[in-house]
Order: sequence, then structure tokens, then C-alpha cells
Amino acid sequence: MIKEKFLEKSLFLVALSSISVLALIAFFIFEQGVPLIWKAGPFSFLLGERWFPSQGSFGIFPMIVGSFWVTIGALIIGVPLGVACAIFLCELTPAAVSAAFRPMIQLLAAIPSVIFGFWGLIVLVPLIRNYLGGPGLSVLAGSLVLGIMILPTIISISEDSLRALPRTLKEGALSLGATHWQTIWRVLLPAARSGIVASIILGMGRAIGETMAMIMVLGNAVQMPDSILSSTRTLTTNIGIEMGYATGDHRQALFATGVVLFFIIMGLNTLALVISGRRRS
Amino acid sequence: MKISRYATQWAAKVIVWMGAFSTLAVMIWILIQVLMEGLPLLHLDFFLDSPRQMGRSGGIFSTIIGTMALTAVAIIIATPLGVGTAVYLKEYTRETRLTRLIRFGTDCLAGVPSIIFGLFGFVFFVIFLKMGWSILSGGLTLAVMILPTIISTAEEAIKAIPRSYREVSFALGGTRWQTVARVILPNALPGILTGVLLGVGRSVGETAPLILTAGSSLLVPTSLFSPIRTMSVHFYILAREGISMEMAYATGAALILLILTINTLANWLLWRYVRKKRG
Amino acid sequence: MSEEAKIVVEHFHFYYGSLLALKDINLQIRARQIRAILGPARSGKTTLLKSLNRLTDLTYGTRHTGRVFLDEQEIYDSQISLPELRRRVGMVFDLPTPLPLSIFENVAYGPRLKGITQKTRLREIVEKSLHAAVLWEEVKDRLASSALGLSGGQQQRLCIARVLALEPEVIMLDEPCSGLDPISTASIERSLIELKKEYTVILVPHNIQQASRVADRVAFLLSGELIEEGPAGQIFTRPKDKRTEDYISGKFG
Repeated sequence: MIKEKFLEKSLFLVALSSISVLALIAFFIFEQGVPLIWKAGPFSFLLGERWFPSQGSFGIFPMIVGSFWVTIGALIIGVPLGVACAIFLCELTPAAVSAAFRPMIQLLAAIPSVIFGFWGLIVLVPLIRNYLGGPGLSVLAGSLVLGIMILPTIISISEDSLRALPRTLKEGALSLGATHWQTIWRVLLPAARSGIVASIILGMGRAIGETMAMIMVLGNAVQMPDSILSSTRTLTTNIGIEMGYATGDHRQALFATGVVLFFIIMGLNTLALVISGRRRS
Repeated sequence: MKISRYATQWAAKVIVWMGAFSTLAVMIWILIQVLMEGLPLLHLDFFLDSPRQMGRSGGIFSTIIGTMALTAVAIIIATPLGVGTAVYLKEYTRETRLTRLIRFGTDCLAGVPSIIFGLFGFVFFVIFLKMGWSILSGGLTLAVMILPTIISTAEEAIKAIPRSYREVSFALGGTRWQTVARVILPNALPGILTGVLLGVGRSVGETAPLILTAGSSLLVPTSLFSPIRTMSVHFYILAREGISMEMAYATGAALILLILTINTLANWLLWRYVRKKRG
Repeated sequence: MSEEAKIVVEHFHFYYGSLLALKDINLQIRARQIRAILGPARSGKTTLLKSLNRLTDLTYGTRHTGRVFLDEQEIYDSQISLPELRRRVGMVFDLPTPLPLSIFENVAYGPRLKGITQKTRLREIVEKSLHAAVLWEEVKDRLASSALGLSGGQQQRLCIARVLALEPEVIMLDEPCSGLDPISTASIERSLIELKKEYTVILVPHNIQQASRVADRVAFLLSGELIEEGPAGQIFTRPKDKRTEDYISGKFG
């Protein structure tokens, strides 16, 4: 009996580990970063366009804009492609084919981001440089690579949402004379909307959080990107590149960038969970 | 000119097929790109020799050791914590505000970007707990990253066990722990193992947090407190610093092969488990 | 035939949350007899059985008033060891529920939980229990094979053997023959008659005929209330309550 009580108490403590760790992460990141945001002034930190750590200028707006454009680009590429694949797997192929496809999607999800970045660096960047101009290391390269990287997320969640729809929905539409495609486009997709939107938001979260691949293909110029061919930095690459040698205020500014990222991601994740209404598996 | 519904359907389906196949094509392109150049360079010496001249020549032995050590630490820490959490949530309590909070926290943890884990690992393990840049710091950071995956897969595996098994175990005089140890865990093992393999795959591929917590030493580690470089970090440094494209391709190919093996193993296990359930 | 009361249920009310499932049950189960609990679906028969060994504790939000005694000991007392109680009052469910183990390990499961690990002792127990459940002859050559490969009737007898392996004092069977062929049903009924020589048996029969074949005493439950109880002969031929009579004669059920 004592052993049972002991085990129950121990398992209870173990169960608290994930929220404890989350709290620790928040605490330590904030502890390092918030003082600097205060010191530099929240507005000039978030909206300042000058990032010159050696001179004490900590404005991350170019990075926010960089993150924004690269993410939007990734969504423009990833969402149509991803939803198309989901439709393909769910509606246009027999179960055997989609069962064969799924491990390949899983493989895509398992490939390290540095491999994607590498491919982007040796294939996409020269292509962009030679055919479209600019340094090649660009928002376009980043968007393409990121778009491919978020495909597994969008595909698997969208496909799950489509599969979860009651069969009667499809059968009803077809029996009313709709073509297969009309059923998909006007009935199934709208019905699966909340799941698809959740997948997009999660994909967005992954895109904003990606570091390594972006360091490899974005060019990392600290400037506001004025076209899709310009080099830029994101919030994540800013941290990834400079953390190796930053000290003092500079280092704290990178933590402060982390604080901003943390809020953005937490916000997106909460939004996704609220929209999907249940915990994703 | 009115386009018939069937023409629209045909066009739409063609577009969808094209989309699906271009996805497949790109994925194969990425893999082929690295494997084609890199596979020919893989030979036994490559795996048994450590990097020389900052990676311009030699092999990747120390990085292989680094990868293995780091993954081992991460799995050893994260698996008991993750499975324990799942067991508690599913076997020792019912749905309460606390359990919903734990699940929410786990989901949030799953969404935290890897660079933030790197910052955390740096300030908490390397600095605050004075572990320095080491296998320990890196492994603990990875453990925290893969914890949500293990919790989710373990919970799914436990949920799949029929309620009747539990009732029978209790009816025969079992205590809660006996039921967990003798009925729940053995039957949830395949699912849990899949989660562990997913965690292994992630540990092998992560780069950002490790640069900030495990260092980038090319030497074979001598203790848990030694700094190390993993295969993925090595690959990244080779590629980005332009040290050696040859070595980069080779390391990349080795990395991809490793991931392929782990994934295939995980899928095979899942397939066997599903088959066993049916038969 | 012994007359002492093995289990005494006193003013027992049982709630699932706010739903009252058992109303003021007063019942005595005598040792070494077969007590049949009759009643239409959803009258609380399974709940009554499960509350006698506190398997109802597994569901959250249950509560009760009143008392239940096993050999004059209150089973809802907080000092009671639940594993011990369930070993003394064993239960066989209506659906065969073999564990995903070998036949041997299924029967040995209970004893192992109790702490018996010696191989020879376990083998003795398994053989004895399989004999008592009239299953030994059919499985003695494949004890190591999976229990999931047995037929429905065999699996149910396996479940009985599982409970017997713990040498309980009371055995409760909740519609043990549902879904079984007549031959398996007959063999289980035969084993029940054998079992009552040593054990106290509480049976929720599959139908009234089964009760009339094997029961010594009968209790009639309707919508959670104990309408009537008495010797089997009396209940079936001269029931005191009209509702009992209607049920017995098949007017509803």
C-alpha cells in the first residue's frame, strides 16, 4: 500500500515535468531578455530599424519584416501544394496508394532542416541568381525551402480533417448530382475548414521558428527586404548567427529577440488549439 | 462560353495530381542531390576516422560518437519522464483542469522553436547549472525537446488498450501499479517504442540548439562533460563555412542514411504492431 | 446446505453521479448456494454485483449509502485492502475477456499478482483451476498458446478458471453464458453446480430457464429495486409480487 502511494505521488511529480519545463524556459528567457527590452525601450526595440549591437542600437524591425515575408512566402507555396496533396491522398487515390505515400510524407518530415538548407544553397540559390538576379540568397529562396519544409504538417493535418468528415456528407452531395470535384471544392473543403486552418497556423508556427535552413539561404543582411530577391534576416537567424560571439547587452538583446519569438509562437499555438477545438494527435 | 462542370473537374484533378507529384518530385530531388554526390564517398575509413584539418579531410568518427552519446542521454532522460506522464494522465487520474493544463503545456512545448531551446539550454544547463558546453547540456536540452513527442505517442498507445484488460486485472486482485506494469506497459510498448524512435530521429537531425549547448569540438569525447559535435552540426559547419563540399556531401549522405534507417525501423515496428492487433 | 450468511447487504443505495442505480437493497447471500439475480435489462444487476467487490470504485463519481458485509466485515471500510477483497469475491464478466497472454499465463495471472512465483506451485494451481472449470482436457496440450485462439465458450471457461485460481470464497458470474452455444452453456452450468459445493455463487442468469435449472435462491431486481427474493422453487411457482409474476411469465423482460 505504501509502495502504491509512493508510486502515485512520484508519477504525479513526473507528470508535472512538461509544464515545469515550459515555465523554466519562459522564466530564463524572460529573465535575460526583458531587462534589455526595457532598457532599450519596447518601441524602439520592436520598431527600430537599426541593428548595430556594437553601437548599442537594438532595433529588430527588419528581422520582424524578414520573418513576416519569408513566412508569407512559405505559406503561399506550402498551403496550396499541401492542401492539394491532402485532397489527392484522401479523395483521388485508392487506400493502398495513400498508404504508400504516407511513409514518404513522414520521411519528408524527418529530414533534418540542414539538409533542406543545403539543397536550397546549392540548387535554388544559384538558379535564382542566374535567372532572376540578385545575390540568390534571398527571401525567395527562403520561402521556397520553408514552403517545402512545412508541407508534411499541412498535408497530415488537412488529410486527417478531410478523413474525419462523415461519409454521409460526401454521399449526400454526390446523390444531389454534384460532380466529384464540386463535392470536394464546395462541400468537403469548407467542412474541413477548421482543421485546414489549424494546419496552416501550425505550419506558420514551424515556419517562423525555423533557423538553420534559413541561415543557409537567406543571406543574412541586416536590412529591410525590398523585394523577394533581397537578402534578409529573420528573428531566428539573428539569434542563430550572433549568439556564438555575443556578450553583455548584445547577448541580452538576442534573448530579447527570443522573448518576442516566444510570444509570437505561443500566440499562434493557442490560436491553432482554439480553432481545432481539440488536441491534435 | 460556359465551361462544363466536367471540364472544371478534369482541370482541377489534373492540377491536384500535378501538385502531389511535384511534391514527391521535389522530395526525391532533395534526397537524390545529396545521396548521389555523397554516397560514393562513403567508405569504412570515413566512418572510423575522425575529422582532420577542421574537416577538410578524414572522416566523421568523432561526430558519430557525439551523435550517439547525445541521443542516448536525451532518450534516457525523456523516455521515463514522457511515459510516466502518460501513465499518470491515463491511469491514475481522470480529466481535470490540471490534466488539461498539462496537455496544453505539452502542446506548447512541442511548438517552441529549436533556437529558443538553444537559448534556454545555454542559459540553464551551460551557465546556471554550470555544466558547460557538453554532452550533458546538449542531451538534456534535446530531452526537453523530444519530451512532448514521447508523451503524445505514449498516451495514444495507452489509450488504445481495451478497457476490459484493466477491469480484468483489478478484478483479479491487481493494484493500480501491478495493472500498469503487467498489462498496460507491455501492451503499449510498440507504440511507445515508435515514439522513442521518433525522438531519436529528431535528436539526430537537430542542429541549432546543439551549437549553443554542446559546443563544436572535433575531438572524440571522453566524458559526459566533454563538448562534442554531432553529424548534423558538422554537416552545417562544413556547408556554411565552405570548408569542403566533398566532405559536406559525404556527411550529408551519412546523415540521410541514418534518418532513413530510423524511419524505416519505426514504420516496420508500427506495421508489425498493427498486424498483431488485427490477427 | 449451510444457512449462514456470507454476504449481507443492508439499506444499500448506489449512485453514478446523481443517477440512483440501486435503491435500498436489503439482501442476504447464503454460503455454498447459488443465488440468482433476475431482472430485465438495466435494472442494476451488474451494478449490484460490482458493488459487492467494489469494482464500482474504478468508475469516478460513484457513491453509496448503506452497508455491505462480507463475513461480518464491512467492505466499504477504508481499512479494507481492495486487492484482497477482490480475490475473496471474484467476478466473471459477460463477455469473455482473455488477456493477450498464453492460456497458462492467463490463469496464473491472479496468483502471480498475489506473489506466487514458484513454477511448480503455479503449474499445480493452473491445472487444478482448469479442471474445475472443465477446460483442462481441451487445452492441456497447448497451455503455452495464446488464449485469444480459443473459442468463445472455451474463453469464458478460461475466465472462470482464472477466478478459481485465486481460491475465492464467493464467485460472481454476470451472464456468463451469453453468446455461447448450448453445449458450452450446459458445461458451464454443470461446473456451477459442482462449484457451489465449495464456493458461494452469485449468478446473473442469461434467462429465467437457466435460473430455474441451477439456482437455490432467487432475487428479482427491477429498476434498481429489490422486488422480491426467496427460494427458487417458491419464486418460480408462487411469486408474492405481481411484478415478479409478470416477469417470470414473460409479460415483459
